[in-house]
Amino acid sequence: MKKVYVNEEWCLGCHLCEYYCAGMNSGERDLVKAFSREKKPLPRIRVEEGTDVNFAVQCRHCAVPYCVKGCITGALSVNDGVIVCDQTRCVGCLTCVLSCPYGCIVRDEEAHVITKCDLCLSRNATPACVEGCPNKAIVLEDRE
Amino acid sequence: MLNYVIIGNSAAAIGCVEGIRKLDKDTPIVIISDEPHRTYSRPLISYRLGGQTKHDKIFYRGENFYTDNNVSTLLGKRVAKLNASSVTLSSGEEIAFGKLLVATGSKPFVPPMTGLDNVKNKFTFMDLDSSIAIDGLVTNGAKSALIVGAGLIGLKAAEALLLRGVAVTVIDMAAKVMPSVLDDEGSALIKARLEQNGAKFILGTVADKFDEATAYLKNGDKVDFDVLVLAVGVRPNTELVKEAGGEVGLGIKTDKFQKTTLDNVYAAGDCTESFDITAGKDKILALLPNAYLQGEAAGVSMAGGEMPYDKAIPMNAIGFFGLHVISAGDSMRTDGKVYAEQIKDKSGNVTGYKKLVFGENKLVGYILIDEVDRAGIYTSLIREQTSLSDVDVTELEKSPRLMLYGKSYRKEKLGGQV
Repeated sequence: MKKVYVNEEWCLGCHLCEYYCAGMNSGERDLVKAFSREKKPLPRIRVEEGTDVNFAVQCRHCAVPYCVKGCITGALSVNDGVIVCDQTRCVGCLTCVLSCPYGCIVRDEEAHVITKCDLCLSRNATPACVEGCPNKAIVLEDRE
Repeated sequence: MLNYVIIGNSAAAIGCVEGIRKLDKDTPIVIISDEPHRTYSRPLISYRLGGQTKHDKIFYRGENFYTDNNVSTLLGKRVAKLNASSVTLSSGEEIAFGKLLVATGSKPFVPPMTGLDNVKNKFTFMDLDSSIAIDGLVTNGAKSALIVGAGLIGLKAAEALLLRGVAVTVIDMAAKVMPSVLDDEGSALIKARLEQNGAKFILGTVADKFDEATAYLKNGDKVDFDVLVLAVGVRPNTELVKEAGGEVGLGIKTDKFQKTTLDNVYAAGDCTESFDITAGKDKILALLPNAYLQGEAAGVSMAGGEMPYDKAIPMNAIGFFGLHVISAGDSMRTDGKVYAEQIKDKSGNVTGYKKLVFGENKLVGYILIDEVDRAGIYTSLIREQTSLSDVDVTELEKSPRLMLYGKSYRKEKLGGQV
């Protein structure tokens, strides 16, 4: 299965992937409009900055998904290898935040739910982070 | 092979079905449960009562789960006896099994209290029916509630009732709330958040006597109530295995494949003991993720595979009125290094804290209150018993980031298959 990978040697730490991710997942194609809304869109990818290295990280879609196994409501499930969240069933208990080894579950405090990377399946396109990365540090590849 | 039979219909049972079906797509599975409902999320009974979720969203799996997995259900039926290769229902009917999972959960522990029989509206708040019944009373005008027990169940009931506009009093024998999960500081923060939202606490005392709608406390206080919730504690349902001659300690004893000492009988969930790798001893870890993982491991074993469950740790994610608490491992240990930091708002008020507890060259526990993002990075260090020699401890104390790991870890975990 194709997943998103980050080559940290190439990551500039520019955070553009976060903006593209948040913008695209807000349903608004225009980034300026998306970020002008009262409720700021949430990125599902996160850039970690270090002294000599930066990298972006988002859901690894683990083969042993502790978030799914531990989900108290059944909102999280694996759909053809992609871990997805049914927000109508999520109550924001954050057991998945407790469980995820990579810290890739994002809280939507206002809506009392979580959100996470679904490889942009919901918008049926190449992941926005991959598309937008100016240095091609983020790639969509099958490494199985 | 003969049927798989599962006694129970919650997380451990569903984990077992999903575990079995990884390897065996065909052999029929029979689920027997004394509750009349299809599988639902037990923790959601408080969210349903509080109006934080809707009735049709409390079900743990989709409507077609049983048919999709070739599972037949015997709901509203109680297993009375466990035999060598069958179970006997209280109706006398006998169901044969090839492999059996005991996932009987726990039952409320209610200490003897004078006059409790006089109370009509009393609940233990352990199942959906009690949530529906309390919901009905509140809808019909119940205005006040007394909750006996300030543990997780009691406090979630309190939050739900407060959200419904009910006046809530919580009493507990202990001097603090959530004594089994939180230290004094954390406990005080949770108590304060509930108080800000209307809860009244009377701690360090017990109920001496009850009339129909009044409790008389040992400290002399008198509390009137329309609804009484008894949430003192829970005990594992071990009787079936015990009476059949299986080994039982605090809970049902199993090996790491969840097999009991009885032939072809497995056990998972709140009725069992788990080996807590952070405390180094067997404990009851009555937690939903633990139940699912045990059930799944049992299911794989029952179907002939091997999936040891040997990384059990205590862990909790809970919130009250937007204040989140996440904890894992042995967070109460005091004999090693402890890193603590307060979280303050702009005015300098303490809103939460971070506490990291270290053992011999590893992280063994933590509590995060208010700032809980990415907590799972800490959980993983505990679960995998990662050596601190392999991580940047200063970075670890600062915040949970993957940067604390070295380059080779990142290459393997972020660049490869996990």
